Amino acid sequence: MADTPKSVIVSPIFANNPIALQILGICSALAVTSNLATAMVMGVAVSLVTAFSSMFISMIRNQIPNSIRIIVQMTIIASLVIVVDQMLKAYAYETSKQLSVFVGLIITNCIVMGRAEAYAMKNGPVMSFLDGIGNGLGYTAVLFFVGFVRELFGSGSLFGVQILEKINDGGWYMPNGMMLLPPSAFFIIAGFIWLIRTWQPKQNEASEFKIAPNTQVKEAV
Amino acid sequence: MFEYYVSLFVKAIFVENMALAFFLGMCTFLAVSKKVDAALGLGIAVVVVQVITVPVNNLIYNNLLREGALVWTGMDGAESIDLSFLGYLSYIGVIAAMVQILEMFLDKFVPALYNALGVFLPLITVNCAILGASLFMVERDYTFGESVVYGTGAGVGWALAIVALAGIREKLKYSDVPAGLQGLGITFVTVGLMSLGFMSFSGVQL
Repeated sequence: MADTPKSVIVSPIFANNPIALQILGICSALAVTSNLATAMVMGVAVSLVTAFSSMFISMIRNQIPNSIRIIVQMTIIASLVIVVDQMLKAYAYETSKQLSVFVGLIITNCIVMGRAEAYAMKNGPVMSFLDGIGNGLGYTAVLFFVGFVRELFGSGSLFGVQILEKINDGGWYMPNGMMLLPPSAFFIIAGFIWLIRTWQPKQNEASEFKIAPNTQVKEAV
Repeated sequence: MFEYYVSLFVKAIFVENMALAFFLGMCTFLAVSKKVDAALGLGIAVVVVQVITVPVNNLIYNNLLREGALVWTGMDGAESIDLSFLGYLSYIGVIAAMVQILEMFLDKFVPALYNALGVFLPLITVNCAILGASLFMVERDYTFGESVVYGTGAGVGWALAIVALAGIREKLKYSDVPAGLQGLGITFVTVGLMSLGFMSFSGVQL
Protein backbone atom coordinates (compact mmCIF):
# COMPACT_ATOMS: atom_id res chain seq x y z
CA MET A 1 0.00 0.00 0.00
CA ALA A 2 1.47 3.32 -1.07
CA ASP A 3 1.47 5.69 1.87
CA THR A 4 0.07 9.12 1.21
CA PRO A 5 -0.58 11.45 4.14
CA LYS A 6 -4.32 10.98 3.60
CA SER A 7 -4.29 7.19 3.48
CA VAL A 8 -2.11 7.04 6.59
CA ILE A 9 -4.67 9.03 8.55
CA VAL A 10 -7.88 7.58 7.12
CA SER A 11 -7.16 3.88 6.74
CA PRO A 12 -6.76 3.06 10.48
CA ILE A 13 -10.24 4.40 11.21
CA PHE A 14 -12.22 1.65 9.47
CA ALA A 15 -10.09 -0.32 7.03
CA ASN A 16 -7.29 -1.16 9.43
CA ASN A 17 -8.74 -0.31 12.81
CA PRO A 18 -6.26 -0.87 15.67
CA ILE A 19 -8.88 -2.40 17.97
CA ALA A 20 -11.10 -4.29 15.55
CA LEU A 21 -8.42 -5.70 13.27
CA GLN A 22 -4.97 -5.39 14.80
CA ILE A 23 -6.12 -6.44 18.32
CA LEU A 24 -4.20 -3.58 19.91
CA GLY A 25 -5.06 -1.41 22.89
CA ILE A 26 -8.14 -3.19 24.12
CA CYS A 27 -7.58 -2.95 27.89
CA SER A 28 -8.38 0.70 28.28
CA ALA A 29 -11.09 0.61 25.62
CA LEU A 30 -13.21 -1.45 27.97
CA ALA A 31 -12.69 0.18 31.29
CA VAL A 32 -13.20 3.86 30.52
CA THR A 33 -16.20 3.75 28.21
CA SER A 34 -19.13 3.76 30.66
CA ASN A 35 -19.57 7.45 29.94
CA LEU A 36 -18.77 9.40 26.84
CA ALA A 37 -16.80 12.27 28.38
CA THR A 38 -14.06 10.08 29.93
CA ALA A 39 -13.96 7.97 26.77
CA MET A 40 -13.25 11.07 24.70
CA VAL A 41 -10.57 12.35 27.08
CA MET A 42 -8.92 8.95 26.92
CA GLY A 43 -9.13 8.94 23.12
CA VAL A 44 -7.50 12.34 22.83
CA ALA A 45 -4.78 11.42 25.34
CA VAL A 46 -3.93 8.20 23.51
CA SER A 47 -3.92 9.94 20.11
CA LEU A 48 -1.51 12.60 21.34
CA VAL A 49 0.81 10.13 23.01
CA THR A 50 0.83 7.85 19.96
CA ALA A 51 1.46 10.70 17.55
CA PHE A 52 4.30 12.30 19.51
CA SER A 53 5.96 9.05 20.56
CA SER A 54 5.93 7.86 16.94
CA MET A 55 7.43 11.17 15.86
CA PHE A 56 10.22 11.20 18.46
CA ILE A 57 11.05 7.52 17.99
CA SER A 58 11.15 8.01 14.25
CA MET A 59 13.53 10.97 14.66
CA ILE A 60 16.09 8.90 16.54
CA ARG A 61 15.35 5.56 14.87
CA ASN A 62 18.77 5.36 13.26
CA GLN A 63 20.56 5.99 16.54
CA ILE A 64 18.71 3.38 18.66
CA PRO A 65 20.74 0.17 19.12
CA ASN A 66 18.51 -2.72 18.16
CA SER A 67 18.99 -4.77 21.33
CA ILE A 68 17.73 -2.11 23.73
CA ARG A 69 15.13 -0.49 21.49
CA ILE A 70 12.19 -1.57 23.63
CA ILE A 71 13.57 0.15 26.71
CA VAL A 72 14.33 3.30 24.70
CA GLN A 73 10.80 3.35 23.28
CA MET A 74 9.34 2.72 26.74
CA THR A 75 11.27 5.65 28.17
CA ILE A 76 10.00 8.02 25.49
CA ILE A 77 6.43 6.80 25.87
CA ALA A 78 6.54 6.92 29.67
CA SER A 79 7.85 10.50 29.63
CA LEU A 80 5.01 11.58 27.32
CA VAL A 81 2.46 9.85 29.53
CA ILE A 82 3.83 11.65 32.58
CA VAL A 83 3.29 14.94 30.73
CA VAL A 84 -0.29 13.97 29.84
CA ASP A 85 -0.97 12.81 33.39
CA GLN A 86 0.32 16.04 34.93
CA MET A 87 -1.71 18.10 32.42
CA LEU A 88 -4.88 16.18 33.28
CA LYS A 89 -4.26 16.58 36.99
CA ALA A 90 -3.76 20.30 36.52
CA TYR A 91 -6.64 21.13 34.17
CA ALA A 92 -9.17 18.29 34.45
CA TYR A 93 -8.77 16.94 37.95
CA GLU A 94 -12.20 15.24 38.17
CA THR A 95 -11.67 13.33 34.92
CA SER A 96 -8.18 12.31 35.93
CA LYS A 97 -9.60 10.87 39.18
CA GLN A 98 -12.15 8.86 37.18
CA LEU A 99 -9.51 7.52 34.82
CA SER A 100 -7.33 6.56 37.85
CA VAL A 101 -4.70 4.03 36.81
CA PHE A 102 -5.78 3.99 33.19
CA VAL A 103 -3.83 7.13 32.32
CA GLY A 104 -0.69 5.34 33.48
CA LEU A 105 -1.69 2.31 31.49
CA ILE A 106 -1.40 4.29 28.25
CA ILE A 107 2.30 3.37 28.57
CA THR A 108 1.50 -0.27 28.02
CA ASN A 109 -1.28 0.43 25.55
CA CYS A 110 -0.23 -1.79 22.71
CA ILE A 111 -1.29 0.78 20.11
CA VAL A 112 1.51 3.14 21.12
CA MET A 113 4.11 0.41 21.29
CA GLY A 114 2.77 -1.41 18.24
CA ARG A 115 2.86 1.66 16.00
CA ALA A 116 6.34 2.56 17.24
CA GLU A 117 7.60 -0.91 16.38
CA ALA A 118 5.68 -1.44 13.17
CA TYR A 119 5.75 2.01 11.60
CA ALA A 120 7.93 4.60 13.28
CA MET A 121 11.07 2.46 13.21
CA LYS A 122 10.89 2.35 9.40
CA ASN A 123 9.44 5.71 8.35
CA GLY A 124 10.21 9.41 8.59
CA PRO A 125 9.03 11.66 11.45
CA VAL A 126 6.22 13.46 9.60
CA MET A 127 4.59 10.29 8.29
CA SER A 128 5.02 8.62 11.67
CA PHE A 129 3.30 11.54 13.35
CA LEU A 130 0.37 11.27 10.93
CA ASP A 131 0.25 7.51 11.38
CA GLY A 132 0.05 8.03 15.13
CA ILE A 133 -2.80 10.51 14.70
CA GLY A 134 -4.61 8.10 12.37
CA ASN A 135 -4.38 5.17 14.72
CA GLY A 136 -5.36 7.39 17.62
CA LEU A 137 -8.45 8.40 15.64
CA GLY A 138 -9.26 4.77 14.92
CA TYR A 139 -9.04 4.04 18.63
CA THR A 140 -11.12 7.11 19.48
CA ALA A 141 -13.76 6.03 16.94
CA VAL A 142 -14.24 2.68 18.70
CA LEU A 143 -14.23 4.36 22.11
CA PHE A 144 -16.83 6.85 20.91
CA PHE A 145 -19.07 4.11 19.54
CA VAL A 146 -18.86 1.99 22.71
CA GLY A 147 -19.19 5.00 25.01
CA PHE A 148 -22.18 6.27 23.01
CA VAL A 149 -24.09 2.99 23.28
CA ARG A 150 -23.19 2.41 26.92
CA GLU A 151 -24.05 5.87 28.17
CA LEU A 152 -27.22 6.26 26.08
CA PHE A 153 -28.75 2.94 27.10
CA GLY A 154 -27.11 2.63 30.50
CA SER A 155 -28.03 6.01 31.93
CA GLY A 156 -30.12 7.61 29.17
CA SER A 157 -27.73 10.51 28.66
CA LEU A 158 -24.96 11.66 26.35
CA PHE A 159 -22.00 13.67 27.69
CA GLY A 160 -23.98 13.89 30.94
CA VAL A 161 -26.99 15.56 29.24
CA GLN A 162 -30.24 13.65 29.77
CA ILE A 163 -31.64 12.45 26.40
CA LEU A 164 -34.04 9.70 27.40
CA GLU A 165 -36.22 10.62 30.41
CA LYS A 166 -35.73 7.97 33.09
CA ILE A 167 -38.69 6.39 34.88
CA ASN A 168 -37.28 7.50 38.22
CA ASP A 169 -37.46 11.12 37.06
CA GLY A 170 -41.02 10.76 35.77
CA GLY A 171 -40.06 9.84 32.18
CA TRP A 172 -40.59 6.63 30.22
CA TYR A 173 -37.12 5.10 29.86
CA MET A 174 -36.04 2.20 32.04
CA PRO A 175 -32.21 2.30 32.13
CA ASN A 176 -30.47 -0.91 31.17
CA GLY A 177 -28.17 -1.48 34.14
CA MET A 178 -26.08 -4.09 32.34
CA MET A 179 -24.75 -1.41 29.98
CA LEU A 180 -22.96 0.18 32.91
CA LEU A 181 -21.30 -3.09 33.87
CA PRO A 182 -17.91 -3.73 32.26
CA PRO A 183 -18.83 -6.98 30.42
CA SER A 184 -21.25 -5.11 28.17
CA ALA A 185 -18.25 -3.40 26.56
CA PHE A 186 -17.13 -6.79 25.24
CA PHE A 187 -20.48 -7.42 23.58
CA ILE A 188 -20.59 -3.94 22.07
CA ILE A 189 -17.07 -4.26 20.66
CA ALA A 190 -17.97 -7.68 19.27
CA GLY A 191 -20.97 -6.05 17.59
CA PHE A 192 -18.77 -3.24 16.27
CA ILE A 193 -16.36 -5.79 14.77
CA TRP A 194 -19.32 -7.61 13.22
CA LEU A 195 -20.62 -4.39 11.67
CA ILE A 196 -17.23 -3.43 10.22
CA ARG A 197 -16.69 -6.89 8.82
CA THR A 198 -20.14 -7.07 7.28
CA TRP A 199 -19.32 -3.82 5.54
CA GLN A 200 -15.79 -4.90 4.56
CA PRO A 201 -15.98 -8.69 4.19
CA LYS A 202 -12.29 -9.03 3.29
CA GLN A 203 -11.48 -8.62 7.00
CA ASN A 204 -13.30 -11.85 7.88
CA GLU A 205 -11.12 -14.51 9.43
CA ALA A 206 -11.21 -17.91 7.77
CA SER A 207 -12.73 -20.61 9.96
CA GLU A 208 -10.48 -23.52 10.78
CA PHE A 209 -13.17 -26.09 10.16
CA LYS A 210 -16.11 -26.28 7.77
CA ILE A 211 -19.33 -27.69 9.18
CA ALA A 212 -20.84 -30.25 6.84
CA PRO A 213 -24.44 -29.52 5.86
CA ASN A 214 -27.08 -31.43 7.76
CA THR A 215 -27.70 -34.57 5.70
CA GLN A 216 -30.74 -35.73 7.60
CA VAL A 217 -32.82 -32.89 6.22
CA LYS A 218 -31.94 -33.83 2.65
CA GLU A 219 -32.78 -37.47 3.24
CA ALA A 220 -36.13 -36.54 4.65
CA VAL A 221 -37.16 -34.49 1.62
CA MET B 1 -2.63 -11.85 60.25
CA PHE B 2 -2.38 -15.06 58.22
CA GLU B 3 -6.09 -14.98 57.51
CA TYR B 4 -5.76 -11.43 56.26
CA TYR B 5 -3.13 -12.45 53.71
CA VAL B 6 -5.16 -15.44 52.58
CA SER B 7 -8.20 -13.26 52.01
CA LEU B 8 -6.10 -10.71 50.10
CA PHE B 9 -4.76 -13.54 47.95
CA VAL B 10 -8.18 -15.00 47.18
CA LYS B 11 -9.55 -11.53 46.52
CA ALA B 12 -6.75 -10.79 44.03
CA ILE B 13 -7.46 -14.04 42.17
CA PHE B 14 -11.24 -14.09 41.99
CA VAL B 15 -12.95 -10.90 43.09
CA GLU B 16 -10.47 -8.53 41.48
CA ASN B 17 -9.36 -10.73 38.63
CA MET B 18 -6.91 -8.70 36.53
CA ALA B 19 -8.23 -9.95 33.20
CA LEU B 20 -11.94 -10.38 33.81
CA ALA B 21 -12.74 -7.65 36.33
CA PHE B 22 -10.29 -4.91 35.30
CA PHE B 23 -9.64 -5.97 31.67
CA LEU B 24 -5.89 -5.61 31.96
CA GLY B 25 -3.50 -7.41 29.67
CA MET B 26 -6.25 -7.85 27.08
CA CYS B 27 -4.02 -7.61 24.02
CA THR B 28 -1.98 -10.67 24.90
CA PHE B 29 -5.03 -12.22 26.55
CA LEU B 30 -6.83 -12.33 23.21
CA ALA B 31 -3.81 -12.89 21.00
CA VAL B 32 -2.17 -15.84 22.79
CA SER B 33 -5.24 -17.79 23.88
CA LYS B 34 -5.71 -20.06 20.88
CA LYS B 35 -3.91 -23.06 22.40
CA VAL B 36 -3.97 -24.23 26.03
CA ASP B 37 -0.22 -25.01 26.01
CA ALA B 38 0.79 -21.55 24.89
CA ALA B 39 -1.67 -19.94 27.28
CA LEU B 40 -0.27 -21.94 30.19
CA GLY B 41 3.30 -20.92 29.29
CA LEU B 42 2.39 -17.26 29.13
CA GLY B 43 0.37 -17.55 32.33
CA ILE B 44 3.32 -18.96 34.25
CA ALA B 45 5.62 -16.28 32.86
CA VAL B 46 3.19 -13.59 34.01
CA VAL B 47 3.01 -15.07 37.52
CA VAL B 48 6.81 -15.14 37.80
CA VAL B 49 7.28 -11.57 36.58
CA GLN B 50 4.38 -10.32 38.71
CA VAL B 51 5.77 -11.90 41.89
CA ILE B 52 9.09 -10.11 41.36
CA THR B 53 8.06 -6.72 40.02
CA VAL B 54 5.23 -5.76 42.36
CA PRO B 55 7.32 -6.07 45.56
CA VAL B 56 10.33 -4.39 43.89
CA ASN B 57 8.18 -1.49 42.76
CA ASN B 58 6.74 -1.35 46.26
CA LEU B 59 10.27 -0.93 47.69
CA ILE B 60 11.10 1.74 45.11
CA TYR B 61 7.92 3.66 45.80
CA ASN B 62 8.23 3.53 49.58
CA ASN B 63 11.97 4.20 49.79
CA LEU B 64 12.64 6.59 46.92
CA LEU B 65 9.59 8.17 45.35
CA ARG B 66 6.85 8.97 47.83
CA GLU B 67 6.75 12.26 49.65
CA GLY B 68 9.31 12.29 52.45
CA ALA B 69 10.67 8.87 51.48
CA LEU B 70 14.18 10.23 51.03
CA VAL B 71 14.57 11.15 54.71
CA TRP B 72 16.94 8.19 55.20
CA THR B 73 19.54 9.91 53.02
CA GLY B 74 19.82 12.69 55.61
CA MET B 75 19.74 15.44 52.97
CA ASP B 76 18.54 18.93 53.85
CA GLY B 77 14.82 19.33 53.24
CA ALA B 78 14.42 15.67 52.30
CA GLU B 79 11.01 15.57 54.01
CA SER B 80 9.50 17.78 51.33
CA ILE B 81 10.81 15.97 48.25
CA ASP B 82 8.01 14.30 46.34
CA LEU B 83 9.17 12.31 43.35
CA SER B 84 5.96 10.36 42.80
CA PHE B 85 5.50 11.92 39.35
CA LEU B 86 8.48 9.82 38.25
CA GLY B 87 6.50 6.72 39.16
CA TYR B 88 5.46 5.58 35.68
CA LEU B 89 8.98 5.87 34.35
CA SER B 90 10.46 3.91 37.26
CA TYR B 91 7.86 1.14 37.28
CA ILE B 92 8.08 0.49 33.57
CA GLY B 93 11.88 0.62 33.81
CA VAL B 94 11.84 -1.96 36.59
CA ILE B 95 9.48 -4.18 34.62
CA ALA B 96 11.53 -3.97 31.42
CA ALA B 97 14.76 -4.60 33.33
CA MET B 98 13.28 -7.50 35.30
CA VAL B 99 12.00 -9.18 32.16
CA GLN B 100 15.41 -8.78 30.54
CA ILE B 101 17.23 -10.16 33.59
CA LEU B 102 14.79 -13.04 33.93
CA GLU B 103 15.32 -13.87 30.27
CA MET B 104 19.11 -13.96 30.64
CA PHE B 105 18.89 -15.90 33.91
CA LEU B 106 16.59 -18.55 32.45
CA ASP B 107 18.70 -18.79 29.30
CA LYS B 108 21.79 -19.53 31.39
CA PHE B 109 20.48 -21.72 34.20
CA VAL B 110 17.13 -23.22 33.19
CA PRO B 111 17.29 -23.66 29.39
CA ALA B 112 14.24 -25.95 29.32
CA LEU B 113 12.01 -23.32 30.88
CA TYR B 114 13.62 -20.66 28.68
CA ASN B 115 12.69 -22.57 25.56
CA ALA B 116 9.14 -22.97 26.80
CA LEU B 117 8.70 -19.32 27.79
CA GLY B 118 11.16 -17.69 25.37
CA VAL B 119 8.70 -16.13 22.95
CA PHE B 120 6.44 -14.78 25.66
CA LEU B 121 8.92 -12.97 27.86
CA PRO B 122 9.36 -9.85 25.67
CA LEU B 123 5.56 -9.67 25.29
CA ILE B 124 5.24 -9.33 29.03
CA THR B 125 6.95 -5.95 29.14
CA VAL B 126 3.98 -4.43 27.35
CA ASN B 127 1.38 -6.43 29.26
CA CYS B 128 -0.86 -3.96 31.07
CA ALA B 129 -1.64 -6.50 33.79
CA ILE B 130 1.92 -6.21 35.11
CA LEU B 131 2.03 -2.42 35.16
CA GLY B 132 -1.58 -2.34 36.34
CA ALA B 133 -0.77 -4.43 39.40
CA SER B 134 2.06 -2.07 40.32
CA LEU B 135 -0.19 0.97 39.90
CA PHE B 136 -2.97 -0.59 41.98
CA MET B 137 -0.39 -1.45 44.64
CA VAL B 138 0.64 2.22 44.81
CA GLU B 139 -2.95 3.49 44.74
CA ARG B 140 -3.98 1.20 47.61
CA ASP B 141 -0.85 1.84 49.65
CA TYR B 142 0.09 -1.79 50.24
CA THR B 143 2.92 -2.69 52.61
CA PHE B 144 5.76 -4.90 51.42
CA GLY B 145 4.14 -8.10 52.70
CA GLU B 146 0.80 -7.22 51.16
CA SER B 147 2.43 -6.41 47.85
CA VAL B 148 4.10 -9.84 47.67
CA VAL B 149 0.74 -11.54 48.26
CA TYR B 150 -1.11 -9.19 45.93
CA GLY B 151 1.45 -9.65 43.12
CA THR B 152 1.20 -13.43 43.38
CA GLY B 153 -2.59 -13.39 43.49
CA ALA B 154 -2.90 -11.00 40.55
CA GLY B 155 -0.57 -13.15 38.46
CA VAL B 156 -2.33 -16.41 39.33
CA GLY B 157 -5.73 -14.87 38.59
CA TRP B 158 -4.59 -13.70 35.17
CA ALA B 159 -3.04 -17.09 34.37
CA LEU B 160 -6.25 -18.84 35.43
CA ALA B 161 -8.34 -16.62 33.17
CA ILE B 162 -6.17 -17.06 30.07
CA VAL B 163 -5.99 -20.85 30.47
CA ALA B 164 -9.78 -21.03 30.88
CA LEU B 165 -10.30 -18.88 27.77
CA ALA B 166 -7.87 -21.00 25.75
CA GLY B 167 -9.77 -24.12 26.79
CA ILE B 168 -13.03 -22.62 25.58
CA ARG B 169 -11.51 -21.41 22.31
CA GLU B 170 -10.07 -24.85 21.54
CA LYS B 171 -13.61 -26.25 21.64
CA LEU B 172 -15.11 -23.22 19.96
CA LYS B 173 -13.26 -23.69 16.70
CA TYR B 174 -15.49 -26.65 15.86
CA SER B 175 -18.66 -24.59 16.08
CA ASP B 176 -20.52 -22.80 13.34
CA VAL B 177 -19.95 -19.08 13.87
CA PRO B 178 -21.34 -16.33 11.55
CA ALA B 179 -18.66 -15.14 9.12
CA GLY B 180 -18.31 -11.62 10.55
CA LEU B 181 -17.95 -12.85 14.12
CA GLN B 182 -15.42 -15.55 13.25
CA GLY B 183 -12.20 -15.30 15.27
CA LEU B 184 -11.92 -12.04 17.15
CA GLY B 185 -15.62 -11.24 17.40
CA ILE B 186 -16.73 -14.48 19.00
CA THR B 187 -13.74 -14.32 21.34
CA PHE B 188 -14.99 -10.96 22.62
CA VAL B 189 -18.43 -12.43 23.25
CA THR B 190 -16.86 -15.39 25.08
CA VAL B 191 -14.73 -13.14 27.28
CA GLY B 192 -17.78 -11.00 28.01
CA LEU B 193 -19.71 -14.05 29.22
CA MET B 194 -16.74 -15.25 31.30
CA SER B 195 -16.49 -11.82 32.83
CA LEU B 196 -20.21 -11.85 33.69
CA GLY B 197 -19.58 -15.18 35.39
CA PHE B 198 -16.71 -13.72 37.42
CA MET B 199 -18.92 -10.84 38.48
CA SER B 200 -20.79 -13.26 40.70
CA PHE B 201 -17.70 -13.19 42.93
CA SER B 202 -17.94 -9.46 43.33
CA GLY B 203 -20.18 -9.52 46.41
CA VAL B 204 -17.96 -11.97 48.27
CA GLN B 205 -16.71 -10.61 51.57
CA LEU B 206 -13.70 -12.33 53.06
